[in-house]
Amino acid sequence: MFEIVKKEALNPTVSRMVIKAPLVAQKAQAGQFIILRVDERGERIPLTIAGYDREAGTVTIIYQIVGATTMRLDRLQEGDCLHDFVGPLGKPTETEGLKRVAVVGGGVGCAIALPVAQALAAKGTIVDTVAGFRNKDLVILEEEFRAASKEYRLMTDDGSAGEKGLVTEALKDLLEKNTYDEVIAIGPLVMMKFVSLLTKEYNVKTVVSMNPVMIDGTGMCGGCRISVGGETKFACVDGPEFDGHLVDFDLAMERGRTYHAYEQERCNLFKKEVQE
Amino acid sequence: MADMRLEKQPMPQLAPEIRNKNFEEVALGYTEEQAVAEANRCLQCKHQPCVGGCPVQIDIPAFIQKVQQRDFEGAYQIISAQSALPAVCGRVCPQETQCEGKCVRGIKGEPVAIGRLERFVADWHMANVKEPPVKPESNGKKIAIIGSGPAGLTCAGDLARKGYEVTVFEALHVAGGVLVYGIPEFRLPKAIVAKEIEGLKAMGVKVETNMVIGRVLSVDDLFAMGFEGIFIGSGAGLPRFMGIPGENLKGVFSANEYLTRVNLMKAYLPDSETPIQRGKKVAVVGGGNVAMDAARCAKRLGAEEVYIVYRRSMEEIPARAEEIHHAIEEGIIFKTLTNPTEILGDEHQNVVGMTCLEMELGAPDESGRRRPMVKEGSEHRLDTDVVIMAIGTSPNPLIRSTTPGLETNKWGCIVTEEESGKTSREGVYAGGDAVTGAATVILAMGAGKQAAKAIDEYLK
Ligand SMILES: Cc1cc2nc3c(=O)[nH]c(=O)nc-3n(C[C@H](O)[C@H](O)[C@H](O)COP(=O)(O)OP(=O)(O)OC[C@H]3O[C@@H](n4cnc5c(N)ncnc54)[C@H](O)[C@@H]3O)c2cc1C
Ligand code: FES
Repeated sequence: MFEIVKKEALNPTVSRMVIKAPLVAQKAQAGQFIILRVDERGERIPLTIAGYDREAGTVTIIYQIVGATTMRLDRLQEGDCLHDFVGPLGKPTETEGLKRVAVVGGGVGCAIALPVAQALAAKGTIVDTVAGFRNKDLVILEEEFRAASKEYRLMTDDGSAGEKGLVTEALKDLLEKNTYDEVIAIGPLVMMKFVSLLTKEYNVKTVVSMNPVMIDGTGMCGGCRISVGGETKFACVDGPEFDGHLVDFDLAMERGRTYHAYEQERCNLFKKEVQE
Repeated sequence: MADMRLEKQPMPQLAPEIRNKNFEEVALGYTEEQAVAEANRCLQCKHQPCVGGCPVQIDIPAFIQKVQQRDFEGAYQIISAQSALPAVCGRVCPQETQCEGKCVRGIKGEPVAIGRLERFVADWHMANVKEPPVKPESNGKKIAIIGSGPAGLTCAGDLARKGYEVTVFEALHVAGGVLVYGIPEFRLPKAIVAKEIEGLKAMGVKVETNMVIGRVLSVDDLFAMGFEGIFIGSGAGLPRFMGIPGENLKGVFSANEYLTRVNLMKAYLPDSETPIQRGKKVAVVGGGNVAMDAARCAKRLGAEEVYIVYRRSMEEIPARAEEIHHAIEEGIIFKTLTNPTEILGDEHQNVVGMTCLEMELGAPDESGRRRPMVKEGSEHRLDTDVVIMAIGTSPNPLIRSTTPGLETNKWGCIVTEEESGKTSREGVYAGGDAVTGAATVILAMGAGKQAAKAIDEYLK
């Protein structure tokens, strides 16, 4: 059992939890993920590690309430426990030897991008950040990003905060005026796809973080497989980060919809359950 | 004088058209009368060919004699001297190629039903003997076991009995290995596995789930934490795919994924949060136990048609005879001498069919089985909406890639000394599928036993 030591809402649909998991905290690195189960009959879901405190023995996760499991997770409060919490899984982000990096985060993806930006900044890399959200109510982690970045560009679809437009517009700007060793993009698949198409024009290496459906997270089921440069990879052990110029995003998007109907059904069931 | 009936006592079982819609255990087990009658078919041969066929040399005639005498607990004691998991092995061992394959009664008629008798004895013991397991006095030495499949559990039990303080580290959230995530409930009820594990815990074995060794702790961390001996029983859990076009389409699963969703995550129960794709026409590629399990699960989940697509013939099919028999009874369609070359999808990447070739058998290959060869002009299409790949697994690279100095071979299997399970790393032993590649429960159990003995000698 893994205790929730802290819980706070970052915006109406995104929350942060700090979980007591000393062994996981001991080994966690930016870019890795955990798998959790809320309760005994729960499904296993992967969430990227959004922070850790080795001394306190805690790991931070940030999740968007999108399906039945995250709804169930969000019902838990400080002092409650998660049934299972396993990690750190996957390969950490490579942060060595980079002079300047542009970090692009979309929506809740910013939660995952932040520790990467912080790890890079701590190594002396110059970090510029582009963060994109639908509107101002959904903006998260602005202060934290500003602290880790030389330039911080906030983009919203409706212009209610920062600039109006897509992250690719701000990124194009940055690519025009600066030289980057790498672009790291974390967010919805469509966003990562278009960021990768853009950076390809500029010939800048691009790392994306994939989060397909997973079960075990150890390479045992192959459910997380994606196609990278025509080769099949298991996101949980070969990734989660991959070369954005090689990932087949269209396939990943279709695969991501495999259980769409089931998810809808479970969400409705859960909402009913809560009302009763 | 032995009972000279040619056939085994039939096994009571659920009717095929009922059981292929639920997940209840298919074979119901012998009654005492049936068990004694079957035991009476044993000739008590002096040269004991059956014992030679058993990978862990259970004294089979002796236990059967006890059944004849209705001393069921005595029979259990004889079996459990060699086998840590008799209730499991009685259900899943390929008896026809082991003990029963050597039985003299099998020359004319059916062999003695040794497997069914083993199961009877183990179940009788579980139901009737409630002695609490004794917790042995600790010798103060700590042992770490990686993986909680039959290899790890057996090694843990044997060492705990000798007084070692044993901790089992399991990557998943439940202990049991393939016995819980792979083999379905209708063949091996999970309550039986859970009972075995409870027994170990009562003896003082600690079971730590959610522990992916190689990530959360390394083998070297375990030594640093004071474990003096380590046994690796991490299995062969990495699924293989065929490498044909279309394998990443929606609706293509590894058997591991499909079975894990069904068995470990209980996707067949209405209150499970884990989804499973219920196909109408399901094709399972492969011919082993794993393929049979996947096919029979698919049928139970409501598929109208389920095919086993296997590239050799019924002669070579490697699954246990009983599973094939049950699969056929349940309406699984066998497409043998058939090999897929491509999986076909629609515009949304959903599986809609498979291109297959017919095969014919040529000369035997290095495995001794006749090599399948393509029949000219035999390309055809098989309509299907779910494809399950059950063509084998290999050991997961996680432990070998995080344990410096641990020797593995070109298949990624851990290299060990034949008898002891000793690896190239001091104090590290290994056994089961992690060493042999995908094999059987009984072999994994035997390897766990031998390693326990070797670890005890090493630490004495
Ligand atoms: C579907 C299916 C049906 C089968 N049917 C039969 C049958 O009828 N008869 C038969 O004899 N055999 C059968 N087998 C084969 C048999 O189950 C295996 O040979 C046997 O379970 C191997 O035992 P093991 O202990 O070596 O490994 P496993 O049972 O595979 O257990 C290994 C355990 O180690 C864990 N693990 C792996 N890596 C790590 C890590 N890094 N850290 C911590 N834990 C880890 C795994 O999660 C797993 O729980 C079947 C296999 C499958 C998949
Ligand atoms: S999640 Fe199962 S192999 Fe990646």
